[in-house]
Amino acid sequence: MIALLTRDLRLATRAGGGFGLGLAFFLIVIVLVPFGVGPDAAVLARIAPGSLWVAALLAALLSLDRIFALDHEDGSLSLLATAPLPLESVVLAKAAAHWLTTGVPLTLAAPALGFLLHLEGAAYAPLFLGLLLGTPSLSLIGTFGAALTVGLRRGGLLMSLLVLPLYVPTLIFGAEAARRGAAGLDVTVPLMLLGAISAAALAALPFASAYALRVNLR
Amino acid sequence: MSIWEYANPKKFIVTTTPLVPWIFGLALACLTVGLVWGFFFTPDAERFGSTVKIIYIHVPSALMAINAWLMMLVASLIWLVRRHHVSALAARAAAPVGLVMTLIALITGAIWGQPMWGTWWAWDPRLTSFLILFLFYLGYLALWGAIDDPDTAADLTSVLCLVGSVFALLSRYAVNFWAQGLHQGASLSLDRETNVADVFYLPLLVSIAGFVLLFLALVLLGTRTEIRSRRISALIARGG
Amino acid sequence: MLRVLDLACGRGGAMLVSGVSFSVPTGESLILRGPNGVGKTTLLRTLAGLQPLLAGSVDCPTEQSAYASHADGVKSQLSVAENLEFWAQVYGVTGIAAALRSFDLDDLRGRMAGTLSAGQKRRLGLARLAVIGRKVLFLDEPTVSLDDASVRLFNVFLRDVHLSRGGIAVIATHIDLGLDAPTLDLTAFQASADALGGRDAMFI
Repeated sequence: MIALLTRDLRLATRAGGGFGLGLAFFLIVIVLVPFGVGPDAAVLARIAPGSLWVAALLAALLSLDRIFALDHEDGSLSLLATAPLPLESVVLAKAAAHWLTTGVPLTLAAPALGFLLHLEGAAYAPLFLGLLLGTPSLSLIGTFGAALTVGLRRGGLLMSLLVLPLYVPTLIFGAEAARRGAAGLDVTVPLMLLGAISAAALAALPFASAYALRVNLR
Repeated sequence: MSIWEYANPKKFIVTTTPLVPWIFGLALACLTVGLVWGFFFTPDAERFGSTVKIIYIHVPSALMAINAWLMMLVASLIWLVRRHHVSALAARAAAPVGLVMTLIALITGAIWGQPMWGTWWAWDPRLTSFLILFLFYLGYLALWGAIDDPDTAADLTSVLCLVGSVFALLSRYAVNFWAQGLHQGASLSLDRETNVADVFYLPLLVSIAGFVLLFLALVLLGTRTEIRSRRISALIARGG
Repeated sequence: MLRVLDLACGRGGAMLVSGVSFSVPTGESLILRGPNGVGKTTLLRTLAGLQPLLAGSVDCPTEQSAYASHADGVKSQLSVAENLEFWAQVYGVTGIAAALRSFDLDDLRGRMAGTLSAGQKRRLGLARLAVIGRKVLFLDEPTVSLDDASVRLFNVFLRDVHLSRGGIAVIATHIDLGLDAPTLDLTAFQASADALGGRDAMFI
């Protein structure tokens, strides 16, 4: 499994656009927000947590449809399916690669971009922690969506339609954590729930994704 | 005589052919009685005026929106475990009905809330949850439509239904959490205003029965259409 | 020993072949023949475990088999050596040197796979088989786009490395590989157009 993870990380760095594109997209969306709602600092501060989270979701979505599609096209997926590696491990390795190349950079970049939107000082820590705890679930849920649509041409749009509603709980708790942090309220509940969603996704979704892959490889 | 006999597509068609018109008729009767009674023959509730009458459509459609998804969940499980085609096709047939029920619930919910809120939409937890359910239905239908091979489509949509059900439950809780906002504890909710004692219970029950029967009739009809459509493509594929 | 009894398999809901029975003793190979579309690829994929069989049985655990087709999973942004080392790690074996030698890829080991010619990529795809060292190989048109010299390399690998160490190979090919092996023509096992057993059987 580590071999697959290393290979995917290597491919992501070499193929260009692995780490960089998601971050650039994140930056661009955040920059668009003030153009859309006006430069009033108070308004921006209020919508900052939500905007950062929505932008992170969309950036995570960008790199998802390539998770399996490339391997499916050149036949590696079938070869991996016949390898001694269980498909569930393949899914985990893919999700981990996505998290390392997209989720983690987003988590690190978000506080840096927060100041552009006048994010309240007290919200930085809950925002960062929330993304750290929540981005794994984004990768795992996204991998499930990618597994469902791997055989389809133009599967990317359909995958977004399937995955974005599944992202809603993570988005709610993540943005709420940052908002409550900004208001000085307690943030343990939403953060714990974020962690719980990621943990449950880790436990259950690889099996569902592997099943979907097996079906699509038939 | 086991219920699994009806998993045979041909037997299903044969058995349901005489039943469908009766169920439709019964549904129409219940709906007419329930709605006319509820709308015209019950006194206006003191507090809310006549728009509360929309409850006779809102509550049954909301109930069916959820029950349709539950039925799809059960049908998906049956497909995954026992591979009965009729089950998978029934799930597919139920989805558009559930989608429309959700839409009706959303629209009637908005109409109901309008005099209270003063706007045509509010992010009330119940309506928001139904909006998310609406999106889940859309995704489910989109996936069915995108895949050519029927067995693959049945497998993938069943897994989606399973995973989606867990997330739908999770979303319900998350939306309640979200609707509290920074004023923890307060909530703007239709539930508070649902005081069923204010409206007459009986016409509501009849209306609910009508919606249930309508759902049943539409799903049976839809399943029959799906079975026939599969039969046609199977015959064409064999060049017969 | 690979034993196949009364196997039926299909694709897209239609049964393609049925009643396929054969056995291949250790150290031997079998060549599948038949026109395009008769079901050679489907049969190989079914034997490799990628597709479910519709009837019959296969006496060969999937842990011992490997599948290869023209889609050989070569990653363009990895070098030849990196491609093979990846598979070595996945299959838990050490050493790709022998495989590189068998397929004459030694000078190319540092080259990015994206810069290889079609024939070189094919050799790389076949070298994967040499690396993973599975006993039973299911090969779908392995020598397409190989020149004569490369086909000879493949033959040498098959005979002297794989089969002589007790391996088994089932190969679908149109080309005469120069192997002294029995052939099985799948046309004899073609399922009739209205054979039941596919997924649509219940609807007709």
